[in-house]
Amino acid sequence: MSRGPRSEAANRDWGADDSGTPILHVDMDAFFAAVELIDRPELRGRPVIVGGQHRGVVLSATYEARAAGVHSAMPMSRARALCPQAIVISPDHRRYRDVSREVMRILGEVTPVIEPLSIDEAFLDVSGARRRVGPPTVIAERIRERIARELHVIASVGIASTKFVAKLASSHAKPDGMLLIPHEATIPFLHALPVGALWGVGERTQETLARLAIHTVADLAHTPPPALYRLVGAASGQRLLDLAWGRDPRAVEPVRQEKSIGHEQTFFTDLTDLADLSAVLLDQSHRCAARLRAAELVTSGVSIKVRLADFTTLTRSHPLDAATDVAHDIYMAARSLLAGMTLPPGGVRLLGVRCDALSDSATTAVQATLDDPGTERRDAERTMDVVRARYGASALTAGSLIGTPATAKGKSDIS
Amino acid sequence: MKFRVERDVLADAVTWTARTLPTRPPVPVLAGVRLEADAEGTLTLSTFDYEVSARSQVAAEVDEPGRVLVSGRLLAEISRSLPAKPVDVSLEGTKVIITCGASRFTLLTMPVDDYPSLPDMPERSGSIDGDAFAQAISQVTIAAGRDETLPLLTGVRVEIEGEKLTLLATDRYRLAMREVSWNPSSPSVSQVALVRARTLSDVARSLSSTGSVEIALGDGADIIGFEAGGRRTTSLLVDGEYPPVRRLFPEQTTTHTVTSTAQLIEAAKRVALVAERNTPIRLSFTDGQVVLEAGQGDDAQASEALESTLVGEPITTAFNPQYLLDGLAALNTEFCRLSFTHASKPAVMTGQDSIDGADHAEEFRYLLMPIRFAS
Repeated sequence: MSRGPRSEAANRDWGADDSGTPILHVDMDAFFAAVELIDRPELRGRPVIVGGQHRGVVLSATYEARAAGVHSAMPMSRARALCPQAIVISPDHRRYRDVSREVMRILGEVTPVIEPLSIDEAFLDVSGARRRVGPPTVIAERIRERIARELHVIASVGIASTKFVAKLASSHAKPDGMLLIPHEATIPFLHALPVGALWGVGERTQETLARLAIHTVADLAHTPPPALYRLVGAASGQRLLDLAWGRDPRAVEPVRQEKSIGHEQTFFTDLTDLADLSAVLLDQSHRCAARLRAAELVTSGVSIKVRLADFTTLTRSHPLDAATDVAHDIYMAARSLLAGMTLPPGGVRLLGVRCDALSDSATTAVQATLDDPGTERRDAERTMDVVRARYGASALTAGSLIGTPATAKGKSDIS
Repeated sequence: MKFRVERDVLADAVTWTARTLPTRPPVPVLAGVRLEADAEGTLTLSTFDYEVSARSQVAAEVDEPGRVLVSGRLLAEISRSLPAKPVDVSLEGTKVIITCGASRFTLLTMPVDDYPSLPDMPERSGSIDGDAFAQAISQVTIAAGRDETLPLLTGVRVEIEGEKLTLLATDRYRLAMREVSWNPSSPSVSQVALVRARTLSDVARSLSSTGSVEIALGDGADIIGFEAGGRRTTSLLVDGEYPPVRRLFPEQTTTHTVTSTAQLIEAAKRVALVAERNTPIRLSFTDGQVVLEAGQGDDAQASEALESTLVGEPITTAFNPQYLLDGLAALNTEFCRLSFTHASKPAVMTGQDSIDGADHAEEFRYLLMPIRFAS
């Protein structure tokens, strides 16, 4: 569910020229809650919250509940306090995945150039569908109509010339709407938005920017670059300026079925301490696990890659007893692989974790052990996913990773 | 050395004694079986590979006492294929001559003085009925681990407490526990040992048919010994601290079900045909029946309903079909009782011979962890 700052003023008719806007962002409205309402139509029009019954967080809420101030990632206790009359439903992830698959199937019939971002949103590039189906606005209306008619859930669609603007447009189109930002209107639209609408501008950055009296995207766009760079750093400053001027060259990239998921890191100075290396593995395990969960995959095999100071590269792999998407399990396997290697005193130049033997988490059976701790760790990590999705990747991390080289001493690559 | 022995007696003794000989011994003499004939008319056959020792004694007509070391494997094959007539064995120079009827074999000997001495039998701890012991062993060894990288779990924990002998084994996914009464040498005996599951299975197979089995554990010994009917075997114990697995059994359960063991086995075998590797068989217990199902999505699917008694709330769970069948086959009772606390927590399998459970027996308990889906 989209929580980005919105501007009422931006949700208006920006024109009807869709000739330069092949990018569609399709985003389901209150998806989990909407799926629940399919089977329980008597709840329509009432505040409904999907989330853990007791200690969990809000995963999704109908617009009636949002009106009371409920939003996703909010602790359930707070949501109940804000909206005591809300009906709380435990999540049924399998059902959401089934409906999501149907949504993606409908999108896939429009164009193969589809990039699912998560269970309930996707980018489409409909350049190739124009002659067959029609212009982007027609395609968007058809998609919305088909999803509503066949699946009984609601999709909002943003149409624009770039992915970033399309995503902003869909968030302004909600609920149950469609918003076209013609190519020519891109900059006026962006500049009408509060600066928090830009990717990567959270509360902290907003406070920082406020010191230069930057409150809107327009303010930021007209800030002299050197002043901005001094405030937020050159790399972020450049990126923010690009976004503020609608420069987003990223293409819609259809995802292929991943065969493995891995993270590796080259260190500025070679690491020799096993504790430092273990911390890196823990960080990488968390990154891999988060990506597995996002892709709804589980891994049955973990390998590590170690490059020594003399560029000798060693890999070790180990099958897991039970398929997992939990960082703890990946880390335990990775650490025991590392512990089983004799490392020369010269140190380690690069270290990486890779998860392979991937399978669909919905259909992979796991024979748990008798002393299985249950799903506590997984639930905790899922909650971390939700928090990170809202507050950024650095908002929450494993306690043992605070101030370690995992995040400070090298550059990371994912693959 | 010279003796005569009945062909069947020799074949049985050699086959049993040589059964654990390694195919590729680290030292050649370890592939041998030592024959020792004494003036009292006893032929002793021994093998030892530093882990397992075996010794059997049979009666023979001894003309000249003596001892030799010959290839165990070859002697076993020869003795099994000889005609049913008395067998004469004699040492001539460095060769052993075996004659039986019109057959004659000449075997090379190995230096008998290089052969290691067999470990002494530890102090006798007590004895147990062979059939009862064999049944108990077969009930727990199903749950022992087969992964040699976790040697601890390839063992069966043997606990002796007065007149009660308890066997426990687990591979982390299921746990089998059997209590059986026995005759201790002293009523206050209290001993524990971790014995390789295959050693126990071997004992069950080869020693249990002869009435009573002696168990020798000693205090602080690193081997365990078994003796029955003139055969004696010792084995090194598995090293290490066995995890405290008894506490995995739930203290109390909230739901239990009673189903015909034979019917459940038959149905589970049928339904499991469509369960692909690593996929479960699902069991849904409701009032009066259990539905077994396997397969999902686009794969082949199967289901079957059976009569079953439910006490408590309906419950649905899923098991590895083989683990379920292993436990059912070990029950040896008319009815199977499955007790639950929660669908995602281990279930306890016990047996009873009447449907009302008046004779519900807990001497054998099998704890089984359900299969869950990754998400």
